Parts: sequence; structure tokens; C-alpha cells
Amino acid sequence: MPEDEPLIRWDWIQDHYGLFGDLTFLHLKLALLPILFGLLVSVPLGVLCARWRWLYPPVLTAVNILYAVPSLALFLFLIDYFGLEIWTVVIPLTLYTLSVLVPNVVDGLRQVPEHVRQAATAMGYTPLRRLVAVELPIAVPVIIAGLRVATVSNISLVSLGAIIGIGGLGSLFKTGFDLQFTTPVIAGIVLIVLLAVVFDLVLVALQRLLTPWSAR
Amino acid sequence: MNEGWTWLTDGDNWHGPDGIPTRVAEHLGYSLLILLIAVAIGVPLGLLIARTGNPLAFTVISVANAFRALPTLGLLVLIYLLTTGGDSAALIPLIALAVPPILLNTYEGIRQVEPQIRDAASGMGMTGLQILLRVELPIAVPLLMLGVRTAAVQVVATATVAAYINLGGLGGYIMDGVLLQEYGTVVGGSVLVVILAIAVQLSFTLLGRVLTPKGLRQKS
Repeated sequence: MPEDEPLIRWDWIQDHYGLFGDLTFLHLKLALLPILFGLLVSVPLGVLCARWRWLYPPVLTAVNILYAVPSLALFLFLIDYFGLEIWTVVIPLTLYTLSVLVPNVVDGLRQVPEHVRQAATAMGYTPLRRLVAVELPIAVPVIIAGLRVATVSNISLVSLGAIIGIGGLGSLFKTGFDLQFTTPVIAGIVLIVLLAVVFDLVLVALQRLLTPWSAR
Repeated sequence: MNEGWTWLTDGDNWHGPDGIPTRVAEHLGYSLLILLIAVAIGVPLGLLIARTGNPLAFTVISVANAFRALPTLGLLVLIYLLTTGGDSAALIPLIALAVPPILLNTYEGIRQVEPQIRDAASGMGMTGLQILLRVELPIAVPLLMLGVRTAAVQVVATATVAAYINLGGLGGYIMDGVLLQEYGTVVGGSVLVVILAIAVQLSFTLLGRVLTPKGLRQKS
């Protein structure tokens, strides 16, 4: 980097507002689709694991191994099958989301006190209705805690996709590296952290909304 | 996939300064150093905030959570550009990645110690420091080691990215492969990282079990 180069060149930032907008949109799509898919899979899977205890140890081992698989390695495997499409990034991050969410769904359901379950049954709730109206709502805080970890990690992990060319805001890091220029790198980091903070707050608000009884 | 297998089974890739054993040792060496530094920062800080409680703990935890959002690749490139490519530059983003899970789990581990146990210990005449080191810390070991395991797996997996700024390790194969469009090298390198990450995960699961005091081991 040349000596007289400033850390941030504001004129470059002003010239690229449009680019930031497009990249932010793509970044959110890449980070949040996996959260949606992960939630759709892990809630039923977690319910099954909480119901049939023998199912949980093998599932837990499987998700723990998934967690250990580096996302970059998965991106590279999937290029072969999906090419440079968003799925190449979305699928690994979905698996990662699963590995965070499944244990939380199971723990959340398991901590529902037995007397609450019995009370619901005594009031004539069918098992399915009891699950949807009683057990899942009680598990919401633990599930949302998992969602927060997964969301923040995904928003940060998407940027690794830049190495294979699908990285949302991460592509700013590549631009900065190629041009030996700090401005896009700093802009990328700031935007990513900002997105993570905003979505973390959204989830906190969602939790308050879904569990009004626990509001302090 | 087949190209990856060809690459992995090619004897030429298994010796020399760019051979697989050397790169694996490099990768593990970096990861271990990073993890040790992260433990040296995370554990004492976690103990401290668990002891002092509210305002400080809240601030440190919020900062640690925000750290999780920092994109490693971005930090790596930024530090590389600012330091014109020193080797140790790559360590900083990875340490930033490893400290939060260790710190948060140490904190949670100490916090979940039941007050009766603490009271019993002080009733037996133990000083604050003795209670911390001989009662609370051992009880916190399972959670603490879970944090260390999470950090270790993340560091081993993410150290791959360090190769983006030419730092060797197993990521070197992946980056070179991507650059030269040698798909076999990319797949072979990725397979090695996956195996290494899973091996680290299993070793730390085992280590966590060994370090857990006998009386606390769950019978399953």
C-alpha cells in the first residue's frame, strides 16, 4: 500500500452506493435463505428427537460432524454440482444452521416442565395441539438463542464465498486485496457487522413478541 | 471427486516442503498457537467477568458477541494490507474468532455453579480464590471445554482462509488449486481439511471428557 494512501477514501464510497446496495441484498439472500431452510428442517427433526430419545444421539453426532466441516470446503465441492449459483453457498450454510439449531430445538423442548405437559393433557389437548400451542412456545427462547448464533455466523460466513466468486459483500474484500486498497475492505467489514447487529436485534424483538409473558 | 482421489493418492504429494505431512503440521501448528493464545485471553477474562458481575459482564459479552460477526476474510485482508504482509498478521483475525466461544462458555460455566455449593465451600473455610480454582472452575470444565472445542474446530476450519494471503497450511492447496484451476488439488485439499476438522472435534470431545472431574461425568 502506498505511503500517502488514506485508510478510507470517501469519494470511492460515494461512487459505489449502488454496488453496496446490490451486494447487501445478495448478501442477505445468501445468509438468510439458509436460516429459513434450516428452521424448516430442524424444528420437525428436533421434535422427533425430543419424542424418541434413541434418535437423538446419532442425530447429534451427525450435526456435530457437519459443524466441523469447513464451509469453504463444502463450497468447493458443490461448485461441481451447482456451478456458480447461490445454492453452492446456500446449501453449506443450511447444513451449518442445522448443526446449531437442532440441539437448541431439542434442549428447548426437553426443558418444558413435566407438570405443564400433564396440565395440557388434562385440559384435553391432543398431542399435536399440545406441541404447537404449549411445548413449542415454551421452547421459543432457546430456539431463538440458536437462531441468533446461526444468523450472526451466517452473515459473517457468507463473505468466505468471495473466494469462489459468490460472496455478497465479501467480494469487496477481494476487490480490496486485488487493488491493494483498504477502502472497500473497511466498507465491507462495517456493512457486514452492521447487518449482523441489525438482524440480531430483529430476533431479540421477535422473541419479545412471541413470548410476551417473559418480558421484563 | 475422482481427480481429488488421484491427487491424494499421488506419492509425489506426500513429501517435500510442499508435501501433505508438512502442510498438515503447519496447519495444526498455527491452529494450536492461536487456540493457546485464545485460551490465555478467554478463560481469565471469563472468570473475571463471572466474578465481578453485571455492568462489566454485560459489556464484555456484548463485545464478544459482536466479534462473532467480524468476517475473518475481511479482517485478514485488512491487516495484510496495513502491515504489508507480515506472517503474524494472519493470527489476529483467527484469535478474534476463537476468543468469544471460550470466554462466553467460561462465563456460563461459572455462573451455573449452584450457590449452595459456593456457600458450602466458604463454610468449609475456603478463600475466594480457592473456591474459584478448586470448586467453581472444575464444575465449569464441561462447558468450558465445549467452548474450547467449538473454537478449535472453527480455527482449524477457518485457518484455511489464511492461505488467501499466502500463508501456507492446507488452505494453500485450495487457493493454488482455485487459482490454477486444478480441481484435483482443490478437492484433495478440502478433503484433508474436513478430515482434520473432524479429528480435532473428536480429540477435543475426548479431552473434555478426560478433564471433567469424575463426580461430574454423566452416566449415559
